[in-house]
Amino acid sequence: MSLYTLSKLLYELNRSDEAKARFQADRESFTHEFALDDEERSAILEGDIGLLYVLGVNGQILMHFAALIGVEWADYLQQMRDGVTRYGPVRAGLYAMTTRSDEKVAGL
Amino acid sequence: MTLVYSGVCSHGPGITGRADLADPALRDPFYAAFHAMRDEIAATKPDALIVLAAEHFANFFMDKMPSFAIGMGESYTGPIEDPDWLKIPHRAVKGDPDLSRRIIAEMMQTVDLTYCEEWRFDHGIMVPLHFLDPANELTVIPANINCQGPPLAPLHRAWAFGEALRRAADAVPERIALVATGGISHWPATPDSGKINEEWDREFMRRWVACDKDAMLSYTDEETYRDGGQGGFEIRAFIAAAAAAQGQGTLHFYTPIPIFAVGCTIASMEIA
Repeated sequence: MSLYTLSKLLYELNRSDEAKARFQADRESFTHEFALDDEERSAILEGDIGLLYVLGVNGQILMHFAALIGVEWADYLQQMRDGVTRYGPVRAGLYAMTTRSDEKVAGL
Repeated sequence: MTLVYSGVCSHGPGITGRADLADPALRDPFYAAFHAMRDEIAATKPDALIVLAAEHFANFFMDKMPSFAIGMGESYTGPIEDPDWLKIPHRAVKGDPDLSRRIIAEMMQTVDLTYCEEWRFDHGIMVPLHFLDPANELTVIPANINCQGPPLAPLHRAWAFGEALRRAADAVPERIALVATGGISHWPATPDSGKINEEWDREFMRRWVACDKDAMLSYTDEETYRDGGQGGFEIRAFIAAAAAAQGQGTLHFYTPIPIFAVGCTIASMEIA
């Protein structure tokens, strides 16, 4: 029910092979180990990088989750931009978007 | 003995992970500067290398977030990231818990820190080690300043941490090298990745090279966030390295390489 709890799930997932295995085996039950609201849970279950970004997840955690679910770097950047277009500006945290949606500063 | 080396370098995961996407004309001179840094460190014959990084939730999280931490382990492992993503293979790195313990005890005379017998290295340490210790021969002591989860320790406390590190290095018989790693301006892992404020970077490095303490400590976090992005908070690591050395600095390399998401930097400072 908070950005902290959502971030904690991703932190556990990033650093624990055992957590990764449980997540891969059954995403739904893994998310129920954490007190998430419906929007947060759905973002994890759907692998909605754009929504997770808009909810304020720190990119240093989010980029590893993206890699875990098979999202390549260029797609990771684009899905965050698409998330801002779809859901509005980043709602919390430090990792706001300051470039335009059609701006690709590193060419990706 | 004493502190025998103090330097700073970039650590972005793209430096290795996205190497094949970079223009070789930009990338290769940067790698060459990293290799020159490796040779310079090796020439000082260090008994241990302290790598002072600003990690990214590999060991420390907001459940219990230390402002300052130092490793005290027998050994460490990394990278915590997928080795195929970072393009750095797993390695076990040897530590020296006895040396760590003596350094930590001396530092505690003036600063508070968290000691850690367990530590898993993320790209903040692994990218520099990939270049600076390719054969995995060095004894390494990791150190960390929280630059990710605010509230962050004020810059003057990063300076005090560096001063304490110097005093502790001078108090042990071993030869200690120090490398602080981080970005100057950068907006990593966001859609802004690749945005670099070269003017801000060059001004910060001008202050760093001159070891101008007052000028380095004058940035507010609001200014840093505005001009240098959330990655700019990692100037804390660079400031600590300057505080440890307090001599004349040299900027060996600086070039913005957007695909690496940072103005790639290699610099060192005389030990005064």
